[in-house]
Amino acid sequence: MATTVEVPARDAVRPLARSRRARRLATLLLLLGLVVAASLASIAVGTRSIGLGDVWRALLDSDLSTEEAVIVRQLRVPRTVLGLLVGLALGIAGALMQGHTRNPLGDPGLLGVTAGASLAVVLAISVFGLTSPSGYVWFAFAGALAGTVLVYAIGSAGRGGATPLSLALAGAALSALMYALVRAVLVSDQQTLDSFRFWVVGSLAGRGADVAWQVGPFIAIGLVLALVNAPALNLLGLGEDVARGLGQRIWLARAVGLAAITLLCGAATAACGPIAFVGLVVPHMVRALTGPDHRWLLPCSGLLGAALLLGADVIGRVVVRPGELQVGIVLALIGAPFFIALVRRTRAAGL
Amino acid sequence: MTTPIELEPRSAATARVRLAAEGVRLAYDERVVVDGLDLQLTEGSFTAIVGPNGCGKSTLLRALGRLLRPTAGQVLLDGQAIAKTPTREVAKVLGLLPQTPVAPEGLTVGDLVARGRHPHQSWLRQWSRDDEAVVAEALAWTDMTELADRPVDALSGGQRQRAWISMALAQGTDLLLLDEPTTYLDLSHQIDVLELVGRLHAERGRTVVVVLHDLNLAARYAHRLVAMKDGALVASGTPDEVLTEQLLADVFDLEARVIPDPVAGTPMVVPVRRLR
Repeated sequence: MATTVEVPARDAVRPLARSRRARRLATLLLLLGLVVAASLASIAVGTRSIGLGDVWRALLDSDLSTEEAVIVRQLRVPRTVLGLLVGLALGIAGALMQGHTRNPLGDPGLLGVTAGASLAVVLAISVFGLTSPSGYVWFAFAGALAGTVLVYAIGSAGRGGATPLSLALAGAALSALMYALVRAVLVSDQQTLDSFRFWVVGSLAGRGADVAWQVGPFIAIGLVLALVNAPALNLLGLGEDVARGLGQRIWLARAVGLAAITLLCGAATAACGPIAFVGLVVPHMVRALTGPDHRWLLPCSGLLGAALLLGADVIGRVVVRPGELQVGIVLALIGAPFFIALVRRTRAAGL
Repeated sequence: MTTPIELEPRSAATARVRLAAEGVRLAYDERVVVDGLDLQLTEGSFTAIVGPNGCGKSTLLRALGRLLRPTAGQVLLDGQAIAKTPTREVAKVLGLLPQTPVAPEGLTVGDLVARGRHPHQSWLRQWSRDDEAVVAEALAWTDMTELADRPVDALSGGQRQRAWISMALAQGTDLLLLDEPTTYLDLSHQIDVLELVGRLHAERGRTVVVVLHDLNLAARYAHRLVAMKDGALVASGTPDEVLTEQLLADVFDLEARVIPDPVAGTPMVVPVRRLR
């Protein structure tokens, strides 16, 4: 009873599909190259420039104790590794957030991660008298988790459960509240303000290998969850009804995604302070290259996030020599005009 | 509670019931939309649910498709409670298209149709030659092969609906639920989409349930009409049995003539005026 239909091979019918696959692979390789280049630059460039030859020697020979070798091994490499981890985490968290909310302005900070971490760090400084980034980390992480859980609890309290919209609204309201508390502490406490302002600006400086070891495992788990979440996110992009009709359990996809966002963004914020723009801008740039398939979009966003963060950090070390401009500031200075240009060019609307 | 209404009483008295609602009450929060409704849909039937705005027809379709859990009663898929069947198992048998679905920007037709294969994939078995063949065939059958590499958002409304139907075809389900597939389409594209759905039923043996606003099109393409009013089922049968002047007055508050469609011979509604 079925009419026979000639079915040619898909590639013969769809030459563009094949060329697009090649293009995605090229994008992935290009981004990998960018990450490598940014990493090398991050190790070589600084207040004291070190030639690539010396960098190699310092990396290969761990007994070498020239001043250059010590700087490379003890300062530049840990800083670069941390930049890689944080950039990767922020890029992927941004892509996840935009995918789950189907909102092009989705930013991981929307879920209360940043506000929760900020409040916890302020309390750590003012109540417990902590002063070093490696001491803040656990507070910031706990604050990020608490912020997200609170936002999720309130966002899912209403009828219809946790929808992207109710979560974003709850996140906005709670963030406003938590920032008000942060300001209330800062206004009355000069000492806390002095320490806090260096954290809140977002920086890779002064974080040693210990911070990278502290947040690394969480970022690793977040990465795995994000990749597991990619096919479900592709279905959610068609709308919840269609996704469910195709056999996707919505609550499971949302739970995995939220866990990944919280781990990635919470760990990144704990390590470096709130860094805006990576999570917002990177997925847009990547989407233009890979299209909306999250199996490509997520890893590529991670790579571009890492390259961008390291690149911005390097620029920050160069522009006001011998001082440094924090990476958070550099990113905002580069990111804002870039984002405006992007919006004007592609009208980065509807996902 | 009313007795179940047999949808294929004469022609297919022995046909298997695929999907059934048993005394379902459907509610959004406290607001009850449908109460105590019974409905049986048999193998190979093509049913259109009609009724005025807000009568609960889309809500009923959502419940039949497991998108909405009844607060009382149950929906049975092949005799099993659909609420207790795993989502993925349901998705292998029953496909559904909501009203005006939206694809992400830049998603190509080919990729959209490929996503229809999701229920048949797993983490271990991501993409197979079978999937490849089914997708290519679904594209060819819906005449979308040429447009496979075009973004869905760049298509016209009619082409877009074809792409979604192609996805539903690739899903490979026996049952297909469509919520107003012709919304926002001009008349010729409405006909185009319904012809395609009709072919899915006739040539591919799909059991089809469609919510439709246009009574004349519903009468022409569906073999069974189910009329609803205020959350209750008021009539069910062939288009000739259901589309009467009395029913139009009762259900739609419409004074109308019903004459034979000069092309298909099915009943055609010619409105006179709104009653009350």
